[in-house]
Amino acid sequence: MSAIVLNGVRKSFGANEVLRGIDLTIEPGEVVCVIGPSGSGKSTLLRCVNLLETPTAGTVHVGGVDVTDPDCDIDAVRRRIGMVFQQFNLFGHLSVRDNLTIAQRRVLGRSKASAVEVARANLARVGLSEKAGAYPAQLSGGQQQRVAIARALSMDPELMLFDEPTSALDPELVGEVLAVMRGLADEGMTMLVVTHEMAFAREVSSRVVFLDGGVVAEQGPPAQIFGAPKEARTAAFLKRVLEPTHVDL
Amino acid sequence: MKLKRRQRQRLGRVAGYVAFAAIILVAAFAADWGQLHDAFFRWDIATSMFPDAVTVALRNTVIYTLLAFVFGLVLGLILALMRRSSVAPYRWFARAYIELFRGLPALLVLFMVGYGIPIAFPNREIPGGVYGSVTIGLGVTAAAYMAETIRAGIQAVPKGQWEAARSLGMSHTRAMVSIVLPQAFRIVIPPLTNEIILLTKDTSLAYVLGVTAGTIELTKFAGDALNTKVNPTPLVVAGLLYLAITLPLSQLVRWFERRAERAA
Ligand SMILES: Nc1ncnc2c1ncn2[C@@H]1O[C@H](COP(=O)(O)OP(=O)(O)O)[C@@H](O)[C@H]1O
Ligand SMILES: [Mg+2]
Repeated sequence: MSAIVLNGVRKSFGANEVLRGIDLTIEPGEVVCVIGPSGSGKSTLLRCVNLLETPTAGTVHVGGVDVTDPDCDIDAVRRRIGMVFQQFNLFGHLSVRDNLTIAQRRVLGRSKASAVEVARANLARVGLSEKAGAYPAQLSGGQQQRVAIARALSMDPELMLFDEPTSALDPELVGEVLAVMRGLADEGMTMLVVTHEMAFAREVSSRVVFLDGGVVAEQGPPAQIFGAPKEARTAAFLKRVLEPTHVDL
Repeated sequence: MKLKRRQRQRLGRVAGYVAFAAIILVAAFAADWGQLHDAFFRWDIATSMFPDAVTVALRNTVIYTLLAFVFGLVLGLILALMRRSSVAPYRWFARAYIELFRGLPALLVLFMVGYGIPIAFPNREIPGGVYGSVTIGLGVTAAAYMAETIRAGIQAVPKGQWEAARSLGMSHTRAMVSIVLPQAFRIVIPPLTNEIILLTKDTSLAYVLGVTAGTIELTKFAGDALNTKVNPTPLVVAGLLYLAITLPLSQLVRWFERRAERAA
């Protein structure tokens, strides 16, 4: 069974149609990177998967469950989907440990002891064991994002969504977050990643999806997308982002 | 002679200080200090008010304040949540309530609660006697203000906090209780502390509900003493006792605000 199936997904904000018929299937264990110009609908696409945005038309299936069905228990589906945001969105009033345990306890009903144990293991996984007692405001951006990943992992998700997880970071902190994501990919986690990190997309992903103007303009293995894009607009986009020193005046 | 802009500004400022000091001095010299002292600062009268001024009057003032605050806070929270409800009639009710009670004088509301409830529910008594009536009478007005404060606090919590909570599978209610409200309350601690200051002063209205020797609060206590001693010194004593509560509270508000500024 496919991890995610989007079928003819459309999404409008008022008169602005942002997604204009997206068909996309992601199999378990795949790492799919979504690239594309700013405003092309990448975040909206990702947010339609866990219904932070409700598609205007089309269907979204996650692990075989139709989340666009009004009778769907969306909270139950979201438990199985980890989401990592550009702005980290750690709970500011809670310690790192409590950030990792609160949903385990309140949503999954785990005992305090087992939730703390899971949190401990996931903090070790992202290399932040010593920060369990710290508060988010005391951490660097890179550390906050790693905690956010550990928080999502603590729910034992079947798949993970990343929305530009390194875009809000100082350049020297990007690497530590990408390293954690690469580790996850190596362990076989199903991942849908919106990113501007082309090196990551090229080296880690199993497939690259180029989104432009609310449609999938092109998709394929990274070697094809980066090496021999079929579409002119893919080539033009890649030329723009891979030559950051070139500035149009 | 031409003055530079800086010099002109400094001259203007000095002139301002001088005028201000002159007005204060003239007022101080014009006042009859002997009369004032005899009227407002009679040591024997002041001391005769103690210990009851503290053990009964101040104590009741604090009790009325805290009871009305807790009542208003709970009702205000409910109203704030109704105001944000997806159920339209809840929203309408909360809005109407807030507009109504923010638009009425606290004294009038206190009267209406004190005399209206016994008429509306003839076979029941407000639990707690005068304490209960004052709690409700002041609390229903305070709730209207606190509802707006809490609502603003909820709205000030970034949307990303909701999204992170919901993405983890939390229901709307769970996200509200565990994630949003705790952060909203941090934001509204300073304005809620201000509300305690306002309530402290509003307890002076409790006399309209017929307080007794046991339930008397500071203002009524001072008013009674004023009548028996035929001297306004008790008013000064009461004022000082109010300030003993309200000044530390406003210091606290300032401290909260400074801390919040530093955190931001
Ligand atoms: N909640 C919203 N309300 C209105 N317009 C929105 C909303 N979210 C996104 N949009 C619009 O949708 C378009 C695509 O946004 P987004 O999916 O964030 O693009 P990307 O992530 O590719 O930069 C933008 O024009 C944006 O202004
Ligand atoms: Mg985006």
